[in-house]
Amino acid sequence: MNIITPSTASAAGAPAWRAWIPLAALALFILAVLPLCLDLFRLNLVGKYLTYAFVAIGLVLCWGYGGILSLGQGVFFGLGGYAMAMFLKLEASDPESTKIQSTPGIPDFMDWNQITALPALWEPFHSLAFTLLAIVLVPGLMAFVIGVAMFKRRVGGVYFAIMTQAFAAMLSILIIGQQGYTGGVNGITDLKTLNGWDIRTDHAKYVLYFLNAGLLLASVALGQVLLKTKFGKLLLALRDKEERVRFSGYDVAAFKVFIFTLAAVLSAVGGAMFTLQVGFMSPSFVGIVPSIEMVIFTAVGGRLSLVGAVYGSLAVNFGKSYFSESFPQLWLFLMGGLFIAVVMLFPNGLAGLADSVRGAWQKWQARKAGQMTARGAPRTPAPPEDEPAAPTALRVKGGAA
Amino acid sequence: MSSARIVLAVDNLSVSFDGFKAVNDLNLYVEQNELRVVIGPNGAGKTTLLDLICGRTRATAGSIKFKDMELTRMPEYERVRRGIGRKFQTPSIYENLTVLENLEVSYPRGRTVFGSLFFRRDAAVMERVKEVAELIYLDERLDDAAELLSHGQKQWLEIGMLLMQDPELLMLDEPVAGMSVSEREKTAELLTRISSNRSVIVIEHDMEFVKRIAHRVTVLHQGKMLAEGSMDHVQADPRVIEVYLGH
Amino acid sequence: MDGMSFSEFGSVLIMQGFNGLSYFSVLLLMALGLAIIFGQMGVINMAHGEFLTIGAYTTYLLSVLSSTYAPWFESYYFIAAIIVGFGVAFVIGYLVEWLMIRHLYKRPLDSLLATWGLSLIMQQTFRSTFGPKEVSATLPAWLMGSYSPKEGLDIPLNGLFVMALTLALTSAVAAIMFYSRWGLRVRATTQNRAMAGAVGIDTAKIDRLTFALGCGIAGVAGAAFTTIGSTGPTSGSLYIVDTFLVVVFGGAQSLLGTIASAFSIAQTNSTLEFFMTGSIAKVITLATIIGILLLRPEGLFRLRVRK
Repeated sequence: MNIITPSTASAAGAPAWRAWIPLAALALFILAVLPLCLDLFRLNLVGKYLTYAFVAIGLVLCWGYGGILSLGQGVFFGLGGYAMAMFLKLEASDPESTKIQSTPGIPDFMDWNQITALPALWEPFHSLAFTLLAIVLVPGLMAFVIGVAMFKRRVGGVYFAIMTQAFAAMLSILIIGQQGYTGGVNGITDLKTLNGWDIRTDHAKYVLYFLNAGLLLASVALGQVLLKTKFGKLLLALRDKEERVRFSGYDVAAFKVFIFTLAAVLSAVGGAMFTLQVGFMSPSFVGIVPSIEMVIFTAVGGRLSLVGAVYGSLAVNFGKSYFSESFPQLWLFLMGGLFIAVVMLFPNGLAGLADSVRGAWQKWQARKAGQMTARGAPRTPAPPEDEPAAPTALRVKGGAA
Repeated sequence: MSSARIVLAVDNLSVSFDGFKAVNDLNLYVEQNELRVVIGPNGAGKTTLLDLICGRTRATAGSIKFKDMELTRMPEYERVRRGIGRKFQTPSIYENLTVLENLEVSYPRGRTVFGSLFFRRDAAVMERVKEVAELIYLDERLDDAAELLSHGQKQWLEIGMLLMQDPELLMLDEPVAGMSVSEREKTAELLTRISSNRSVIVIEHDMEFVKRIAHRVTVLHQGKMLAEGSMDHVQADPRVIEVYLGH
Repeated sequence: MDGMSFSEFGSVLIMQGFNGLSYFSVLLLMALGLAIIFGQMGVINMAHGEFLTIGAYTTYLLSVLSSTYAPWFESYYFIAAIIVGFGVAFVIGYLVEWLMIRHLYKRPLDSLLATWGLSLIMQQTFRSTFGPKEVSATLPAWLMGSYSPKEGLDIPLNGLFVMALTLALTSAVAAIMFYSRWGLRVRATTQNRAMAGAVGIDTAKIDRLTFALGCGIAGVAGAAFTTIGSTGPTSGSLYIVDTFLVVVFGGAQSLLGTIASAFSIAQTNSTLEFFMTGSIAKVITLATIIGILLLRPEGLFRLRVRK
């Protein structure tokens, strides 16, 4: 199977600014078209979906380009979201508004769980500066440690996917089990103000939407710049020929750790923005199911397209909210079918589809002009073929060989 | 000969897989600017020897010294940075990058994560790319995707990627496998040219080709060295004839 | 633990250990199928848990059918359920391999996503067919009650039966893999697919049968599962993460490793459950396995081979 990257395919001859057109179109769409066409309720919904897009673009970088499939991105989304929520919750739990509690001044769920003093873990989240740092550093550090442990020992492919999945399972069980410290299955709710600024007003919702959209667009731009550098080329190179990269003098693990950590940090920013816009955080965004769903946003948008991942997140989530409201029975069938179809029939997702349409259009144009250009159609990028897993046999140790 | 500088010294090297000794107490010395060919029947441990030198496989016992530096504990990328290049048996290139990008990615600058983020394609890089591309007969194909190259050209491209790093020791695993006669011809020329200022170890089965390029030949058999010397000397060795050439 | 004599404490420990053994049995039966598939094809089947559910619902259906139409069959239906459960899961597995998995052999990560989609579809199918509520098969009389060798020590019969079944099935798998012609072909295909094909082994057929066999074993696991828990649409998926960990922890290529790892994971979990809440026991178990795997990614058993 041919493996072509969009960047290489379009690089030939096209001026550099052409690569930025899709991003500009996306900016126009989410900064102008959507805010003008949707009411605030719908726009807030878009804002929520756009926070998932942070995870999706992280996955484009680390899965689409780096070949590292993490099934635990919800962990990082959740850590970012919880860090933000802890700060907001503390602010909402001032002694005045919690005076009916048996211990005023601590979050309500702690009081319900007979906790009488703020746990030490919560203490630093009184500070906004600490919280903002924690949003980025805690998930980043965690991803760094996981990455170093796994990639230095050459764990990859399905093993890595399973391990990250186990992480997601573990963290969600932990959060649900430790009700007194985390709010349990309900999560952290009733968030009100950010440094005195009420996040629930219409005005605040608009401000947060644009802040979120701006951060997202900046992240996509950052990703695009990154992919243009030698680092981007190496990422693809090590996805397809890891050994060759290693024996060209690169510390492959360091590259993987970097991209995995970056994806984690992006997810965490998305999580924090989720908390701000939606007003709560709960373990239902941390576990296995949400983590895999986030992968499908990326797959639907096109695993090799940063811009596509944003559209993918919007499309899948609007589909989800429409179908799960109108035809709840049908939704899981559709979601399941989507997973299968996107993997088996459209491995390049919406972006791949767009490329094929553009290719067909150009061919048609060329035919109309009476000249068949050999290189008219942009080559559609193909999904990576993972290194086939090392053949392993079920055998008894020391048994008949 | 003994006055020449030894670049690679392999002493009492062994490796075993689940009890099977693929390389067994092997000694091997390669001199500066020498082109050494390693031959031997299948399973003799040739590829494993290269794997051990470049770090793909860890030695069970023994020592590998490159320019008097002990390699056995060094990570792969460090060995490459010290000047060892390794070509794999099947062409291992980045099919989805252009020929130019394949060579550029192999340029020994910006090898760390942050180095690669701030790497710029400057005149020095392009000069080196052009120089190497010419050497490997691909100067006309720089902007083509590497997947469009023929099998032989892919082999050359991989050699070119190694030359970008200007290694002092180049190891090639069956570089002419699957090549046409004219491509073999050109590869022999290429090898002769590149071994003028570096040491080269080649694994090869094609005896005509070996005869043409080898300075010295090492014959491996069951992980041990069987004979070493000029091609004529080795071919006359009765033990070699017994296990290998005589078949 | 005041007022508990040493011997009483011992009995509790034994019973707790026995609970672990029941969990171990289901885990091992699940992992066995998964390990065969993963070992053979490098494919992770995320829908593997749903094949357990298939076996469990098949058992439930047979239980309902036999109590409605053939009360005389009630004491034997369970034996039939094991066979039918295997058959149904085997056939569905065969179809899944043919329609889906075989197209994705070169893309293991994609097959993981596609089978996850399949698991969603299967779960919703169960929900639409059997309803969201959990159902229980009526246990035949001979599986109820317990064996008590001494005062205060009760070992449930259903648990004993599940263990015996696990033992029998594991031995059968080992026998098939290492002593049958077919097992030889499977091992040959695993070790060198191209060569196996060249000497006339129909590797595609081997793959399909192996996949179906793995699914069939999960079906038997489902039948066993009904004796220790009730069945819901997502029963199987609850086990899937644990099962993956069993396979990875066991080294993914060794039958002994799979058994040892299923045993240690199940026992750790149930022993810890005795001392603390279930969720913390689970977290500690997961954290321990993850920790060990971070330090020793190759799992418990590994072969050192030339790559």
